[in-house]
Amino acid sequence: MAKMLMIHADKCTGCRNCELACSMSHEGAFRLQATSVHVYTWEREGFSVPMMCQQCNDAPCIKVCTPNALTRDAVTGLVNLDHAKCIGCKMCVQACPFGNAVWDEVANKIHKCDTCGGDPQCAKFCPSHALEWVDDTVATRDRKRAFASKFKDAFSE
Amino acid sequence: MNGWIGTFLRIDLTTGKISTQPLDADLARDYIGARGLGTKFLFDEVDPTVDALSPANKLIFAPGPFTGTYAPSGGRYNVVTKGPLTGAIAAANSGGTWGPALKYAGFDAVIFEGKAPKPVYVWIKDQQVEIRDASHLWGKTVPETSDGIRAETDEDAHVACIGPAGENQVLFACIMNDLHRAAGRSGVGAVMGSKNLKAVAVIGTGAVTCANKDRFEQVVMKVRAIIQQHPIGGTGLRLYGTDVLTNVLNEIGAHPTKNFHDGYYPTADKIGGESLTAKVLQRPKGCFACIISCGRVSKVTNPKFKGQGEGPEYETAWGFGSSCLIDDLDAVTKANYICNEYGMDTITMGSTVACAMELYDIGAITKEDTGGIALEWGNAEAMVEMTRLTAIGVGFGKKLALGSYRLGELYGHPEFSMTVKKQEIPAYDPRAIQGIGLNYATVNCGAAHVRGYTIQPEVLGVPAKVDKDTIEGKPELVIKYQNLTAALDAAGACLFTTFGIGAEELAELLSAVTGVEYSTDDFMKCGDRIWNLERLWNLRAGLSAKDDMLPERLLKLPIKTGPSKGSVNRLPEMLPIYYERRGWDASGVPTDARLRELGLA
Repeated sequence: MAKMLMIHADKCTGCRNCELACSMSHEGAFRLQATSVHVYTWEREGFSVPMMCQQCNDAPCIKVCTPNALTRDAVTGLVNLDHAKCIGCKMCVQACPFGNAVWDEVANKIHKCDTCGGDPQCAKFCPSHALEWVDDTVATRDRKRAFASKFKDAFSE
Repeated sequence: MNGWIGTFLRIDLTTGKISTQPLDADLARDYIGARGLGTKFLFDEVDPTVDALSPANKLIFAPGPFTGTYAPSGGRYNVVTKGPLTGAIAAANSGGTWGPALKYAGFDAVIFEGKAPKPVYVWIKDQQVEIRDASHLWGKTVPETSDGIRAETDEDAHVACIGPAGENQVLFACIMNDLHRAAGRSGVGAVMGSKNLKAVAVIGTGAVTCANKDRFEQVVMKVRAIIQQHPIGGTGLRLYGTDVLTNVLNEIGAHPTKNFHDGYYPTADKIGGESLTAKVLQRPKGCFACIISCGRVSKVTNPKFKGQGEGPEYETAWGFGSSCLIDDLDAVTKANYICNEYGMDTITMGSTVACAMELYDIGAITKEDTGGIALEWGNAEAMVEMTRLTAIGVGFGKKLALGSYRLGELYGHPEFSMTVKKQEIPAYDPRAIQGIGLNYATVNCGAAHVRGYTIQPEVLGVPAKVDKDTIEGKPELVIKYQNLTAALDAAGACLFTTFGIGAEELAELLSAVTGVEYSTDDFMKCGDRIWNLERLWNLRAGLSAKDDMLPERLLKLPIKTGPSKGSVNRLPEMLPIYYERRGWDASGVPTDARLRELGLA
């Protein structure tokens, strides 16, 4: 059973504590260009969505990574990035359909979620549980239950 | 430096000269940042007797050392200037993302001087700072301006701007950032308008560092847990917003009604937080680094008052609601949207409409003055229309744009203005809550609740309950809360973190992020120093003890109905003790000994 970062956009308040935590834990400073999680906010509607690498099973970034800096971890199932092998070609940035691999020109490197080695700081610092680090089966079960309850409300009585 | 960046920006709008200066480490230590640093700059650089709307006034934007870090809800900035509404020092405070962006761009403050020869906006992209033409943006609303500037700079640019109200120098115009966040009070937006400065747009790619990463994270996690477990800081504000206070205050008879003719409004629940959540709330929203999320993303579908945006806060619901004898939540919310879009303070706007309604009620103004509008108590449509006319600067709106004091004076009834230092009193009735009255009377920027929020102990029992009706111990309590808030504002923290934590925790956070050790006493002393410096500036501006006064209505007209029936505020008994405990003489002037203690003499 693998774990995943579950995004509940409906609970996101747009506070960006996730970005701050990510930047602090990886870069040792608060610099929002240096994060692997990004909150996209629609200001008028007040709606925000946090986004980070989804550790795709069939990952385009791995396919295009010529120096094999991006590889699949057989044990955790995560996509690992070996910065020592990375040549900064940014092909992963091009390939990721979600925009979740990011080039940081200040640090001269790619940022991509590494789940903080299994203890993602973004989820730890999220004040509204919009990000949760959960077993993948639990994640989908909860969401199914939430949606199913709408049917229940509609059809019971 | 850690927490601080170590550099501030100075922009002379008259000459177009842009320069940077290093931030002095001792100054940073003693005044912390934001409100504190801004006050120190203003004190050192601006003659207190200048006309607030003249080029000689300066406009200072300053975040604090917490801003840009994950100190819980610590992403705020202050705008310090001479307030045109009050003639006193103004320090308006706002959240959102603008303050952090300025820090990431590499600045602890921006000082604007002079007046641009034509409308301009300033574009700060890290160290690259430009003054740009804003003729095409002049006259535009806050959303239009923000969109326009982003289209020609960066789509992620953080924009602080004025709307038409600031341009027209409405005396209570505010500065808006992130569309819905306001540096709201005392007319800081009018000062910006007087300088022909439409907006300041920022994008920053730099870092804010912290002195001790492990210690900071540890303190932050501890403090977050305390706030999140607090029934108000952790739950109430997120569920119902600040408007949760409507029913709380009304139930104790401390909810000013009909321009402070009463302290109890039987139908207040219709505009309270519970109704807001049920009827117009879309979702809660947080400012940068916020863990509380009191922001209200809302929508009104009622065709009469249709709109979308944020709010209302408690003060807004009260100002446009109970104060005008209106219990129509849609109308109140609509008036809030107009204020956000055109850039006006909702407290002063609401209370000024209430004052106008009272003038209309006694016949001091008629339909001839109002342009045919029946400005009767409880007329929701008239209230919204008056707000709109003020926003666009048309008809009777031009008179309302002066605020309630000047409006009342104009029509022969200044006593209808519920103000201190010409600034409108917020939504806690000082007849029913003694300490808050003393606070209103003595706040340096004019009546304000967020400069000494004794409502916490006096009403909410945070951290411990204090009898709201006694005057015993209130001077000391008020001083403590005023000093605490000054230091907290200076750090860049949000007042609502005190629904959980106090000076001790804030000092710990500040020490961990800056690496400068602040004891709880050091932190409180910074607040005391800031307070006294503000006071000195005000005295030099010509204010005196006679300005530390509540409207007569609150001292002599007892609350008529509800649980606090019969009560009045006992300010005259509290004020001399307050002066004495502050170390001031009988006329409210800080003594030399006191100033020496604070390093101000």
